[in-house]
Amino acid sequence: MRKILTGNYAVAEAVKLADVEFIAAYPITPQTTIVERLAEMVERGELNAEFVRVESEHSALAAVYGASAGGLRAFTATSSHGLLYMYEMCWWVANSRLPVVMAVVTRTIGPPWNIHTEHTDILTLRDTGWIIAMSENAQEALDLTLLGFKIAEQVNLPFAIGLDGFQVSHTAEVVDVPESLDGFLPKRERFFVIEPGNPITVGGLTENECSMTIRKEMAKDMERVGELVRNSGYVRDYDLVEEYRMEDAEYVVISMGAWCGDMKDAIDILREKGVQIGMLRLRFVRPFPKEFVEKLDCKVLVVDRNYSVGLGGIIATEVKSIANCDVHGIVAGLGGVDVGVDDFVSMFRKFVRGELKGWWP
Amino acid sequence: MVAIKDLSKEKFVLPGTTACQGCPHVLGLKALGMVLGDRAVLVVPAGCTTIIAGLKDRASLKFPLLHVPFASGPAVATGLSSAFKRLGKYGIPVVWMGDGASDIGFATLSGACIRKDDMIVIVSDNEAYMNTGIQASGTTFWKAKTTTSPAGKKEEKKDLALIMLMHRADYVATASVGYLQDFISKLERAKEIEGFRFIHLHSPCPPGWGFDSSETVEIARMAVKCGAWILWEFDGELKISAPSRPYADKSKRLPLKEYIRAQRRFRHLSDEDIKEIEKKIDEQWKALK
Ligand code: SF4
Repeated sequence: MRKILTGNYAVAEAVKLADVEFIAAYPITPQTTIVERLAEMVERGELNAEFVRVESEHSALAAVYGASAGGLRAFTATSSHGLLYMYEMCWWVANSRLPVVMAVVTRTIGPPWNIHTEHTDILTLRDTGWIIAMSENAQEALDLTLLGFKIAEQVNLPFAIGLDGFQVSHTAEVVDVPESLDGFLPKRERFFVIEPGNPITVGGLTENECSMTIRKEMAKDMERVGELVRNSGYVRDYDLVEEYRMEDAEYVVISMGAWCGDMKDAIDILREKGVQIGMLRLRFVRPFPKEFVEKLDCKVLVVDRNYSVGLGGIIATEVKSIANCDVHGIVAGLGGVDVGVDDFVSMFRKFVRGELKGWWP
Repeated sequence: MVAIKDLSKEKFVLPGTTACQGCPHVLGLKALGMVLGDRAVLVVPAGCTTIIAGLKDRASLKFPLLHVPFASGPAVATGLSSAFKRLGKYGIPVVWMGDGASDIGFATLSGACIRKDDMIVIVSDNEAYMNTGIQASGTTFWKAKTTTSPAGKKEEKKDLALIMLMHRADYVATASVGYLQDFISKLERAKEIEGFRFIHLHSPCPPGWGFDSSETVEIARMAVKCGAWILWEFDGELKISAPSRPYADKSKRLPLKEYIRAQRRFRHLSDEDIKEIEKKIDEQWKALK
């Protein structure tokens, strides 16, 4: 069914379709309308879940952790400072192998206070063991949320879906909402459930080797995610990346998130002028789509809306560690600074001419 | 009053824990097993009990147990209790936490309590962060020496149980490992009620307070007899519990000096200091009467 939905409402629709049983959240702009909509759905009886208003983001993920350990399908959503505040629990959930799903509406980290989009917040999850997906629009926000529950429960790793603050979260678009899921998301048996009368312990002291084994096993399951995404059985086909006009491309732009729509427009304009340029859009950051980057045989430009002070753009650094060709990184649009189609046209031109520096603007 | 002989003989604290000799937590955990049995599902934030629970597969607690980060206990129990309700399981989430976890996780106590989430929270209070090496906490006794208050604690001592009472918890009590019968009957009462139940358990710690490991119960009783620790219960109305009742009358109290002089953490105190503490104790009684 086609509906006009913002990215945030699209996520809420997906959570409802997934028959989530437990939601705990704390409000933070621009995430708030996801949990407001979910609270409404629960009040109206459209969604048979418990909705808990917790005292902080740390508690939001702690409560979701408890519900998931008890066997429930659980969801939360956050952004920026909220994500940082719950950071400790992000690790606890991942190492406990709980298939929690969380929407992260990306927003700049302060100070100064700034509610506009930047990707540094969601990228703080990159070492935790969460699967990290990044949507380009409301449709993908919905689809990746549903895929998120499926994949998380298949590999017992938590799943984060990124939405650019305001650009995806608050922009209304036409979204195709599945009428029903037709068995796409069956209730899966958990390999452990915390329940009375079953004296198992999770997370206690152990020998050092156990910590290492846990991370190794997580890595193995993370490796399976690509195949599972490709064969998910979802109504639309997905992969870890989107390849756009990559045929015969001599120049390839790598980036992620909402502004990739503008980058594609810029690529169309340059293609008309005969520039052989295409785009590899990262739909997933973890697992990192290594196989797609490894096979590139062209000049690569990575556009990062995030920054690691002292080194550079995070995605560029990762791409450089994998690619077998020239990679140039540029950092742009931090703090939500507007970068539009015209900017990308001149940015890509400069790149083709070999005149591009490291920052835009 | 429940008779101990009528309680389950099943052991939930197995022989050979890694607790120090004379550890108060072990006494409390035993009582918990006797009353709640296999209905108890433990949520344990970092603290001494993290160690007591055992290393690797050598577990010493026969409860289902989630080890959780320091500041998360009651929030985790919120999620668990929702799972038990929805899936029709007869368990009671029991957050077993120390005074340290109740400092750093105070907001989680407050939140779970106002929501009346279904759990029993037991703060087993040894009056300092013992697990990390005896550092002062919000409930460390007035003027007590710890490794972060080498000249004696200068700050106030917070009254956690009264704070939870002000949140309108469904059930609030104080208890002591020196009066297990009293603790057990409070656990029995807590078990019958639904909602947020809070018990603040006084737990003297031999290495942390500086007394012989054979004296845990004795020190705990002295704390009650000198009036420093007051046993009470709120179950619709606030009542001083039987073991503490005589000491509402100041003349019946054990001289505070005896309690103070029995512990190395107070070795530096002058008679003047002890008088000051006595005033605090009198105020504490006034607030409750
Ligand atoms: S330090 Fe005190 S409370 Fe901690 S295990 Fe030892 S005796 Fe028990």
